[in-house]
Amino acid sequence: MAAPAPPAPPAPPGGARADRRVRFGHVLSAEWTKIRTVKSTFWTLLAGAVVLIGFSALWALAFSASFDDMSEHDRATFTPMLPTQVAFYFGMVVFGALGVLVITSEHATGMIRTALTAVPRRAHYLAAKTAVLGAVVLLVGIAVSFACFFVSQGILASKDLDGSLGDPGMARSVVGGGVYLALIAVLALGVGTLLRHTAGSVVAVFVLMFVLGIVGGFLPGAWGEKVNKVLPSNAGNAILSPVRRSDQLAPWTGLGLFALYTLAVLAAALALFERRDA
Amino acid sequence: MIKARGLTKRFGEKTAVDQAGFTVLPGRVTGFLGPNGAGKSTTMRMILGLDRPTSGDVTVNGRRYRSLGAPLREVGALLDAKAVHGGRSARNHLLCLARSNAIPARRVDEVLGLVGLQSVARKPARGFSLGMGQRLGIAAALLGDPGVLMFDEPVNGLDPEGILWIRTLMRRLAREGRTVFVSSHLMSEMALTAEHLVVIGRGRILADTGVGEFIDANASSHVLVRSPQAAELARLLAARGHRAEPGPDGSLRVFGAPAALIGDLAADNALRLHELATVQPSLEEAFMRLTGESVEYHAGVPGGAPPPNPPPARGPRPDGVR
Ligand SMILES: Nc1ncnc2c1ncn2[C@@H]1O[C@H](COP(=O)(O)OP(=O)(O)OP(=O)(O)O)[C@@H](O)[C@H]1O
Ligand SMILES: [Mg+2]
Repeated sequence: MAAPAPPAPPAPPGGARADRRVRFGHVLSAEWTKIRTVKSTFWTLLAGAVVLIGFSALWALAFSASFDDMSEHDRATFTPMLPTQVAFYFGMVVFGALGVLVITSEHATGMIRTALTAVPRRAHYLAAKTAVLGAVVLLVGIAVSFACFFVSQGILASKDLDGSLGDPGMARSVVGGGVYLALIAVLALGVGTLLRHTAGSVVAVFVLMFVLGIVGGFLPGAWGEKVNKVLPSNAGNAILSPVRRSDQLAPWTGLGLFALYTLAVLAAALALFERRDA
Repeated sequence: MIKARGLTKRFGEKTAVDQAGFTVLPGRVTGFLGPNGAGKSTTMRMILGLDRPTSGDVTVNGRRYRSLGAPLREVGALLDAKAVHGGRSARNHLLCLARSNAIPARRVDEVLGLVGLQSVARKPARGFSLGMGQRLGIAAALLGDPGVLMFDEPVNGLDPEGILWIRTLMRRLAREGRTVFVSSHLMSEMALTAEHLVVIGRGRILADTGVGEFIDANASSHVLVRSPQAAELARLLAARGHRAEPGPDGSLRVFGAPAALIGDLAADNALRLHELATVQPSLEEAFMRLTGESVEYHAGVPGGAPPPNPPPARGPRPDGVR
């Protein structure tokens, strides 16, 4: 760059690389680079894994220790997935936090404006973020779900309560757990896009996934039972039951409903994101 | 080339940009000048498709920004140096941007070298000083080797060396045939870098003209005179229809009379002169004159002192000035 300016009129700048078309794959690759180059991704995933696996182990211990004291009904409906199911209620919010952070951290730092000048097509932008986040949490989530399963089975084995992946519905429950976590993260991304603020979005996800489920448990009567089944966390949790529980929707129906909720939130987020000033 | 037509942005009741129309041509540095709150940043955000215009439109190279296929390879912008995720390293930040526009990773190292950030390329951006952040922002703007460049207040908070570096860079980019659009509320800065000016005040475009014409149209030169008999000289000048304003230090500012005429007049009347100098108007003066009424936030003057410059009669304006 030390050379003097050429006397001839310089070639129009910017033309040299303009022939390389930008495709959606490039936006995906950018989002992948983004998610792997901040430490919070790693730490949040690790925290989520620790909480899920830890609580699975804890509840497996609790069930093993008190199985003999449990009621006839409780013993009859016990499945080897129960410790994991309980653990999910606590652990899923951490994966939700990751989904929130993926977008709200950009709003907090102003990175969103830099990012949207690079990718002004906002639908592409949000789609790429969704795909990368979903894929990362899906892979990690399936691994964590398997870890939860094996850890809790190891503990339940002491009381001969354990199951195996070959049992009816068991493999589906374990893999489905990973899918559920990915959907939770994506739903949280939608919430973060709508609200833009980290703390507010995390609280919203917490209320949606945790508080609502508790409130639903207290709803009275047959009507209350029906509503309780379709609350987001209860609908999603159904995929974790190897055999259908009477207080839940059928596994795939439940997860399908949860996917619909996720889609609705994402659609609302995109509609607002497209119109709003960055 | 950037072209705005009827560009308007309202935030609720507040009209930040009002029917702005201007064209920014390649090959020269165009200054975007206006006092605080005039609407410069809002205009730039609209150019980049970040803010949606209430009405009107603006195009870059004939197309709306949001429809550009690889925007970083056509437009580079520095809006806010802090618009970076602090946890990411400088290199990774640029790498993310490069990936999204199919720019090879080797270009990332190239621009890091260009702005002199190689040594801290792998450090998290949150530890960067203001100047380093500014350099990172400029690296991002240069990443796609774009033909159009925009900088919003690029010298804010920089040390003299950094300011000189940016000035040189902007002029070089323009000489290479690029469109360079740079905003500032500092007229002195614009006087040094810009060849063309778009002046904005309260959201309205007040002028779209060359720097020289702008000064000529909006400020007149005067003659500074120092004399022990200033009062008498002022009376003589006034009698001949030339306005002479006494300065605070006993000097006189004479409008409408050339230095030679004043010197002869003094000699003819045996008045002693200690100083006689023609003062060229500054861009600053022209700017103050033009935007005087359209300044958004007037500073309160403690003690209610009178305004420092009573505005003299305004000269005719050339076509470019509205
Ligand atoms: N998002 C917003 N919401 C409401 N008002 C806004 C918003 N952005 C800008 N404004 C208002 O619009 C006007 C123009 O602001 P803008 O930031 O464009 O000015 P500017 O010329 O860049 O000023 P400065 O020299 O201080 O940077 C200001 O009065 C500002 O308060
Ligand atoms: Mg501004």
